Amino acid sequence: MSYEHIDILEEDFWVLKNITSTFQKTIDARVVVLIDRSGQPIVSCGETENIDILAFSSLVAADYAATSHLAGLIGENAFATLHHQGMENNIFIQIIEDKFILAIIFKSHTPLGRVKVEALRTKENLSEIFIKITKKIEEDKTAAFPTEDVEIDNFLEDFFEDLH
Amino acid sequence: MSVINYASREINCKIVYYGPGLGGKTTNLKKIYEKVNPSHRGELISLATDMDRTLFFDFVPVDLGTIRGFKTRFHLYTVPGQVYYNASRKLILRGVDGVIFVADSQIERLEDNIESIRNLIENLKEYNLKLGETPFVIQYNKRDLPNIAPMNQLEKLLNPLKVPSFEAVASEGIGVFSTLKEISKLVLKKLSQ
Repeated sequence: MSYEHIDILEEDFWVLKNITSTFQKTIDARVVVLIDRSGQPIVSCGETENIDILAFSSLVAADYAATSHLAGLIGENAFATLHHQGMENNIFIQIIEDKFILAIIFKSHTPLGRVKVEALRTKENLSEIFIKITKKIEEDKTAAFPTEDVEIDNFLEDFFEDLH
Repeated sequence: MSVINYASREINCKIVYYGPGLGGKTTNLKKIYEKVNPSHRGELISLATDMDRTLFFDFVPVDLGTIRGFKTRFHLYTVPGQVYYNASRKLILRGVDGVIFVADSQIERLEDNIESIRNLIENLKEYNLKLGETPFVIQYNKRDLPNIAPMNQLEKLLNPLKVPSFEAVASEGIGVFSTLKEISKLVLKKLSQ
């Protein structure tokens, strides 16, 4: 899969949201976030109001990127999953189609094996959707976001007018 | 890689500040964090050493507002400038939509600037990206110092692509937002093509 941008259409978004939401409820996770590998969150569910999702997503992507590089140094292609253990909360990270990351924050009393099994099952479901989405992007060569130049100029003027 | 979410009506883009060590990349981000209204930006994350040198990256998300009903958010990252952190630099470039090169204007840093641009070109290749095809602007920082190279020399050495360039004193906030505004324009216009 190769593309410069990703468009999440409404119908795909809700399918992704339903899959991650079902997963989050099944394992009673605190938070589940679906992130693209450059660190941008796509879908999140659970107690998202208590976590800075943008910061979390950028750090998860960086964490995964650094660990993948480590894998390369020891002759592995990548590590498919990562696990961080805390006193009360753990983080489990599952890569999907080499482009997306499923990050789960779960309570430490939840058995890791259960999280792994359900994450793997969820990964399969999400993979199908992502393959469909990326195929659509590869086939659709129209502009990602058709906008007039003057509209962009005015939009930026508004934001930057007081920032010098 | 920009992410356009038609359901949540959001556009997310990634901008990377690149350049030699101690050139002012982190200072740019700190100024942005300081001056942008907190309701329009997230927290500044710095993965730095005890000596306050960037170890992995700095990150701050900025909400630019709404265009055509889409909330537009730019994720700003810096890379570690020090030569031996190249592996980290490469990783941060993944999915980049626009690059700001922060050059150090001091005469003794000319070689470091040139080396850093070469390194940027090399690292972009890793993701099948070319500098000439990626939204790219240059900021000549530290213009307040006494031992700086003249602008025409810097332009000749560092800007053969003739991309937009800006003089700056990032520590004073001068040139920080004009640079960010220009890269924002280039990134959004590329998305609209």
